[in-house]
Amino acid sequence: MSLLTATQLSEIRENPYRKDFPLLANNPELVFLDSAATAQRPAEVLDAERRFYETMNANPLRGLYRLSVEATASIEAARERIAAFIGAVDEAGKPQANQIVFTRNASESLNLVSHTLPELVGLGEGDEVVISIMEHHSNLIPWQQVCKSTGAKLVYLRPNADFTITDEEIEAKIGPKTKIVSVTHVSNVLGVENPVAKIAERAHAMGAKVVVDGAQSVPHIAVDVRELGCDLLAFSGHKLGGPMGIGVLWGTAEILDALPPFLTGGEMIDSVTETDAVWAPVPAKFEAGTQDAAGSYATDAAIAYLDRHGMEQLEHRERLLAAKLCESLQGLPYIKIIGPDDPERHIAAVSFVVEGIHPHDVASILDMHDVCIRAGHHCAQPLLTWLGEQSTCRASVAFYNDLSDIERLVDGLDQVWSVFHGRQ
Amino acid sequence: MAVSSATPASLYNPQFMDHVNNPDYNYLLEDATHVHEGINPSCGDDLTFSIRIGDDGTIEEAAYQGHGCAISQASADMMSDLVTDKTPEEALALCELFMRMVKGEETDEAELEKLEDAALLKDIAHMPARVKCAELAWRTLSEMLGANEEA
Repeated sequence: MSLLTATQLSEIRENPYRKDFPLLANNPELVFLDSAATAQRPAEVLDAERRFYETMNANPLRGLYRLSVEATASIEAARERIAAFIGAVDEAGKPQANQIVFTRNASESLNLVSHTLPELVGLGEGDEVVISIMEHHSNLIPWQQVCKSTGAKLVYLRPNADFTITDEEIEAKIGPKTKIVSVTHVSNVLGVENPVAKIAERAHAMGAKVVVDGAQSVPHIAVDVRELGCDLLAFSGHKLGGPMGIGVLWGTAEILDALPPFLTGGEMIDSVTETDAVWAPVPAKFEAGTQDAAGSYATDAAIAYLDRHGMEQLEHRERLLAAKLCESLQGLPYIKIIGPDDPERHIAAVSFVVEGIHPHDVASILDMHDVCIRAGHHCAQPLLTWLGEQSTCRASVAFYNDLSDIERLVDGLDQVWSVFHGRQ
Repeated sequence: MAVSSATPASLYNPQFMDHVNNPDYNYLLEDATHVHEGINPSCGDDLTFSIRIGDDGTIEEAAYQGHGCAISQASADMMSDLVTDKTPEEALALCELFMRMVKGEETDEAELEKLEDAALLKDIAHMPARVKCAELAWRTLSEMLGANEEA
């Protein structure tokens, strides 16, 4: 008895997307279930990267000639599309392009914040920074180190047995001493969505600033920063089909204006004297040195692809795929799911262990059957330690997966089991 | 352009799995003369390797305890068998040969035969992420004999 209806099953059996992704199209035998680590890219993203260098290559911002102007315009167009994509629009619906800062990846976006926000809020001894135990190391180590150097206390939000961060937990951990709250929207290990809007509301009531790690949410669910209510949102382009090397930091105009710069140098100033410098307006203030303009342009193409197919439609498909993935794994007697029992609570990712078999062996044997999954600590060691696991397997889907990928994973896991225990 | 198919389909073969499921040397060696622990923090592999050196200077008995992936455990079992009755110098030379094999630096079949069953792990050279699993026992033994740590 499947959770999915016959119509839903036939929906995920069909796959109108795979052909758009050259690596998948050229390797029909390949089952790619590691999109939470990085997504595959559609052909038009690869074309865009090339087209930038063939048709508009010049250093953006500096030049007074047409090529440079075009390069600059391509970056600005990318900012505009990204702003619209995450709901960073004004009351008239106009995308707020200057609220989009380009970085190298989500980690750099979070480091930008962790190196500037403490100064803005005057973080010090007696203050508290609140994160969750589900953080990826990218949103954990920066705050751990900030607390070590400022004397502030690092406080962890912890989910209940059902992997939910409850209202009581939010109220207990976020209080008058809290100056910064930085939480992941979707856990890269558990696949659960955290109640970010509630967390932001409580944090703001306590006068704290709110940062959200959207690395695992922006690629998979239609994210709207107005609904999240956060001050800053970090995510990466490569997890939503863009090239590696582009990260995004969104912030409200108010906070981006107020934050000091992170990296200094070329392009991020208005004027410089021997003894001082005046910063350029946002976002240039945060973009020192030559940027990966081709990467921004190709990220624009990646989001154009998502926009064309409709993020709601893609999210719907991914929710069906993730639910089916979770349900299929639950059907194997030797599998333990690390995360919610409810298949519908998994956003793209499902972590699991195979009884008595090390996750690295599981991944290696699956690889021999052309099935790619992640195994290890998923850059979330404190979470795994807290859960009492050394490492786990993780399978994660994107819209370009289909039912056959899940069936191949299940077959592969049966192979893993029989390698260790003989045929059933 | 097809994805590389360098991954060896033969690694987890019955001979290898026999070392995993029916190890001969996975026990506590009570009268050990040397004991050393090796860990791979990122994998959670944890191995305590013990030997007893006899009056004639050879390794009379070798055994290991601990937990980890199949590759680290099978590798420890194969190594224990191989170094029994060897002198510490011979054992160290075999460790060095094994390290070269899993890094893909030694592929000469005649040379690899010296490793007996452990030569089954030569395909690890195509699985860079698993090299440290395969090496754990051998690195532990090298450290033990190099450091000459007394039990």
